[in-house]
Amino acid sequence: MTGSSLMQRFAPGRVIVWLLLLAGGLLMLTPLLFMFSTSLKDSADIYDLRLIPAAPTLDNYKTVLSDGRFLRWFWNSLAIATIVTLSNVFFDSLVGYTLAKFQFRGRYLVFLAILSTLMIPTEMLVIPWYVMAKNFGWLDSYWGIMFPGMMTAFGTFLMKQFFETVPNDFLEAARVDGLNEFAIFWRIALPLVTPALSALAIFTFLSNWTAFIWPLIVTTSKELYTLPVGLASFAVESQIQWELIMTGAALATIPTLAVFLLLQRYIVRGVVLAGLKG
Amino acid sequence: MAGIAIDKLVKRYGATQVVHGIDLTIEDGEFVVFVGPSGCGKSTTLRMIAGLEDINDGTISIGGQVVNRLEPKERNIAMVFQNYAIYPHMSVAENIAFGLYTSGLDKAAKRKRVEEVGEVLGLTPLLERRPSALSGGQRQRVAIGRAMVRDPAVFLFDEPLSNLDAQLRAQMRLEIKRLHQRLGTTIVFVTHDQVEAMTLADRIVVMRDGHILQVGAPMELYEKPADVFTARFIGSPTMNVVPAKATAEAGRSSLQLGEAPLAWSTALPADVLVGVRPQELRVLEQGESADLVLSGTVVVVEPLGPETFVHVEAEGGLLLASASAKHPPVVGSAVRLGASASGLRLFDAKSERAL
Ligand SMILES: Nc1ncnc2c1ncn2[C@@H]1O[C@H](COP(=O)(O)OP(=O)(O)OP(=O)(O)O)[C@@H](O)[C@H]1O
Ligand SMILES: [Mg+2]
Repeated sequence: MTGSSLMQRFAPGRVIVWLLLLAGGLLMLTPLLFMFSTSLKDSADIYDLRLIPAAPTLDNYKTVLSDGRFLRWFWNSLAIATIVTLSNVFFDSLVGYTLAKFQFRGRYLVFLAILSTLMIPTEMLVIPWYVMAKNFGWLDSYWGIMFPGMMTAFGTFLMKQFFETVPNDFLEAARVDGLNEFAIFWRIALPLVTPALSALAIFTFLSNWTAFIWPLIVTTSKELYTLPVGLASFAVESQIQWELIMTGAALATIPTLAVFLLLQRYIVRGVVLAGLKG
Repeated sequence: MAGIAIDKLVKRYGATQVVHGIDLTIEDGEFVVFVGPSGCGKSTTLRMIAGLEDINDGTISIGGQVVNRLEPKERNIAMVFQNYAIYPHMSVAENIAFGLYTSGLDKAAKRKRVEEVGEVLGLTPLLERRPSALSGGQRQRVAIGRAMVRDPAVFLFDEPLSNLDAQLRAQMRLEIKRLHQRLGTTIVFVTHDQVEAMTLADRIVVMRDGHILQVGAPMELYEKPADVFTARFIGSPTMNVVPAKATAEAGRSSLQLGEAPLAWSTALPADVLVGVRPQELRVLEQGESADLVLSGTVVVVEPLGPETFVHVEAEGGLLLASASAKHPPVVGSAVRLGASASGLRLFDAKSERAL
């Protein structure tokens, strides 16, 4: 390493930035570390706030994993998050593509209407959703949990913005090659926006995996609980079993990590437009 | 294979009309090049032939069939785009095979066609590559391959060479020309490069502001440009155009330009523009004479090897003339420029039409 690059590395500005990032990182990691730490402690030790458990044990994991309820909630969450994610990836991009690449009367109005829903927080939508679910008889059902998220304004907006960067030449070339409009979307346009699709998939999966308020409100039967709702119910029964909650929460991070590791390389790769000279 | 007939074709974008009722007949197997400055409506016209743009008025027929209402895929055409538009997520072979999307051939038959086309275009060793691992020229060849593989009735090219460097452009020009000789398919080719137009075309269509100014074989346009625009657009370097007065006496007109009036056999309006190509306007030797003689001062000398061009500040403005490559005049020297009457093209100063 040359002297100048060393100097650059340790320039005061950089040092400050690195320290800030480090502090931020620690701040985010600490609760997670305590979660893992607590999950390895015996129930007697949980208020012993040492980070390294005095007598680490996997008993909590055995308890949680052999508890049928936990597994049920885990699969509920997994199925719901997966279905909602697939639905978003498909429908958000279909609508986003249409808004980006087709000229039709009222296009701008539709786009504005979709955008405006972005400004309304979930908490305000919960009551209308509930009324809707009640009227349609969707209360306490999987569909009831999923329907509000099957398409999102954010996803549609994101995909529209990305499809706008896809050059029309590709679509026109495909049109001349004889593809129908859906095939153009499916076989040409969609593969060109995989980074955006991956980002959308990760984002949608995570937000559904951790969703709490709506599943809590719409479900009453314990078999239909999602994992976050189920874990919280550990807390209200008799006494709060922190070590079990923390174990469940620790297990709950696994799909999150899996999804992220699976999809992140598509995001990092960036938009590839090698077929085009611009 | 098929010819194309364009009849009173009109294109409007909202209230602005960009193609003003053009007529053109393209013979079967002909190589027709559209040239014109940026924004003159070349691409729009080509895209209407392709079916990528709606036709507002008039008709287009391909092979005797009116195609106004047909989808691109129903027109039996293939198009090559300026930006290549080869699909980045597919290999070269997959890209070319996409041209056969509607063919209904089975996989093996498709593969065979792709390999044949790859062979013709020299893409055989590249068939499994991704477009990102190709050079610009190779990418353009893939785009041409995708168009060729279908054996269409008409090829449409929209400035396919404008993203290539000069050397590659010359090479691809040659390849396209040979491809046309080999396949004999009708080609409509858009460019704003007059050299491309001259070298490739059976017939050139000169467009400006949504009108066709002139249609003709390259040498016809070079020799007999219909107006100042075409005269200056076709041929390199650009033709000199000098304003002049004409007088008529006893039924004979003469041109008041240069050292002596020049008698002209046909009737002339009072104001004319005199066009003379740099190759026709020579730096005269001492004591030499010519039909038209202009004197001026050398401003810039441009030796090009076989010939040398000199920019001369003369009557009528800055003129480009040719000089002896061995003994070019020096900058700042006074020279006399001469042209023969047969080398002059006269235009009406008002309409800019040829006389
Ligand atoms: N989608 C559109 N909406 C409005 N006007 C358009 C549209 N497309 C083209 N035009 C206009 O139509 C005219 C002709 O455009 P066209 O693309 O045919 O030009 P061109 O001759 O191909 O030029 P270039 O050499 O720059 O490609 C231009 O004035 C352009 O501004
Ligand atoms: Mg164009």
